Amino acid sequence: MGYSAWKIFTEGLTGNQGWKPVWRDPAPKPAYDAIIIGGGGHGLSTAYYLAKNHGLTNVAVLEKGYIGSGNIGRNTTIVRANYFLPGNSEFYSHSLKLWEGLEQDLNYNVMHSQRGLINLFHSDGQRDAFVRRGNAMINQGDDAILLDREGVREHLPYLDFDNIRFPVYGGLLHPRGGTARHDAVAWGYARGADQRGVDLIQNCEVTGIDIENGKVVGVQTTRGPIKAKKVAMVAAGRSGQVAAMAGMRLPIESHVLQAFVTEGLKPIINHVVSFGMGHFYMSQSDKGGLVFGGDLDFYSSYAARGNLPMVEHVMEAGMTLMPIIAKAKVLRSWGGIMDMSPDGSPIIDKTHIDGLFVNCGWNYGGFKAVPASGWSLAHLMATGKPFDAAAKFRLDRFNTGRGIMDEEGTGSQHNLH
Amino acid sequence: MRITCPHCGERDRREFTYQGAAKILNRPSPDAGNDAWADYVHLRDNPAGETRDMWYHDPCGAWLVVHRNSVTHEVYGSQLAAEVAR
Repeated sequence: MGYSAWKIFTEGLTGNQGWKPVWRDPAPKPAYDAIIIGGGGHGLSTAYYLAKNHGLTNVAVLEKGYIGSGNIGRNTTIVRANYFLPGNSEFYSHSLKLWEGLEQDLNYNVMHSQRGLINLFHSDGQRDAFVRRGNAMINQGDDAILLDREGVREHLPYLDFDNIRFPVYGGLLHPRGGTARHDAVAWGYARGADQRGVDLIQNCEVTGIDIENGKVVGVQTTRGPIKAKKVAMVAAGRSGQVAAMAGMRLPIESHVLQAFVTEGLKPIINHVVSFGMGHFYMSQSDKGGLVFGGDLDFYSSYAARGNLPMVEHVMEAGMTLMPIIAKAKVLRSWGGIMDMSPDGSPIIDKTHIDGLFVNCGWNYGGFKAVPASGWSLAHLMATGKPFDAAAKFRLDRFNTGRGIMDEEGTGSQHNLH
Repeated sequence: MRITCPHCGERDRREFTYQGAAKILNRPSPDAGNDAWADYVHLRDNPAGETRDMWYHDPCGAWLVVHRNSVTHEVYGSQLAAEVAR
C-alpha cells in the first residue's frame, strides 16, 4: 500500500478506519541468507538496501526490543554533511544525497527539513578552521557559506552577539543541513524492507553467534537458533556485547549523551544552531519543542540517562548563547548510548570471521549516516567489496595506524572524542 | 554520581575527570609487539555492568581505580591507582 494525498483525504472522510499495520510480525524461520543483528536505523536501512539494491530478500533483522526503540528514537534528528577529512567527507556527502531522495524512495514522510545548519565561531583562529572546513565541503560538492557577524545576525537575531567570553564572530552556514523526523526514518525503512520480503523480528535477542572453522553459521536467540552464512552486527552502543559473542573485542567504548526538549513554543529557532565552544546545539521541532543537547557525560555508561553536571552545563551554555530561551520549560531529558571509537569515525567492515560483518563506532553522529551506512554495509555484504564512499571505515586502522580519521584533531584515543 | 576518594572521602562527580578503562594499568612490555600494543591502546571490553575505570581527583591529584556499575551508575568503591598497580 502506497501513501498519497488522496489516501489521506479519503481516510480522513471515513474516520481513518482503513489504515493497516505497515509491516508484518513474522516468527523467525530456521534459516536466512543474511541476518542483521539490531533493528535500529542502521540495521533497517541495511536490510532495505540489501533487498532493493542487491535483490537479497531472504533476510532477517533481529531486534531485542521493538523497532525504533534504540538510538534511532533517541537522537536530536540532525542531518548534515559538513565533514572535512577524506573518508568521512565523501561518505556523509553520499548520505545527504540519499536523504534528499529518501521520502520519494520510501514513499514515506520522514519530514526531512533542510532548514540550514549554522556552526558559530568566536575567534579568528576558529574562523580560519571553519573557512578550511567550508572549502573542504565545497570541494566535496556540498554547500557551505561563510557568514560574518552581520550575516549571522540576519539569520539568528536572538543570539547574544556581545557575550564577554564568546562574542559571535560569524558562522559557517550549511544550507542543505537540517533535521528529519527520527522515528519516521525507522518506520519508513522498516516498511520498505518488509514490503520487499525482509522479516523484521522483534523481541528477539541474540544470545550467541555460532562460528565453525572460522566461518559464521548462524545465531542463537531467545526465539531459537537461526542459521545464516552472513551475519552483520549493527548494535550501536551494545556493539561490545554482541561482538563478545563472537569472541571479539572492539575499539569501542560506550558513553552516554544527553538530549533535552522543552514545551512546544511558537516558531523561533529556524535553523540548527551549533555553539561548539559551549558544547551546545539546538533546533526546533515542527511541534514547537526546542530540541537541544551538549556533550557526552564523559564516562562509560549503558544507563541511557545522564547525570546533573552535564544537564547544568548544557543549560548554562544555552543561556550564554541565547538568553531568549530563559523562560522555556524543559519537558524531558534522556540519554542515548553512544558507540565511541578512538578516532571519532565509524567502522563498516568485515571481521576476521568469514561471513561476520561489523557496523559500529558512530559516536554521537549516527543519525545522519543512516541511509549511507545501510547502503554501504549492504554493498559490502552482497558483493564482498566495500562501497567506495565507505572504504576507509576499516576495522584494522587502529591496529595498523593507517587511515585514522580524527576529524577533531584531538588524537586517536578513547577519551578524546 | 558521587565517588569516594581514599584521601578526601565521598565527593561530587564534578571533582573528578574520567580517563577510561583500568586496563591501562596493565601496560605491555615495550617489545610485546604491535598486536599487544594496538589491543592495549584501542580495544576495550566495554562491559555493561560492573566496570573498573580510571578517574582523576582534580583537587588532590590522585589517580583512582573506581569500581562501579555502568548500567545503574552505582559506585561500589575506589582505590588509589598506585596501590592497584603495585
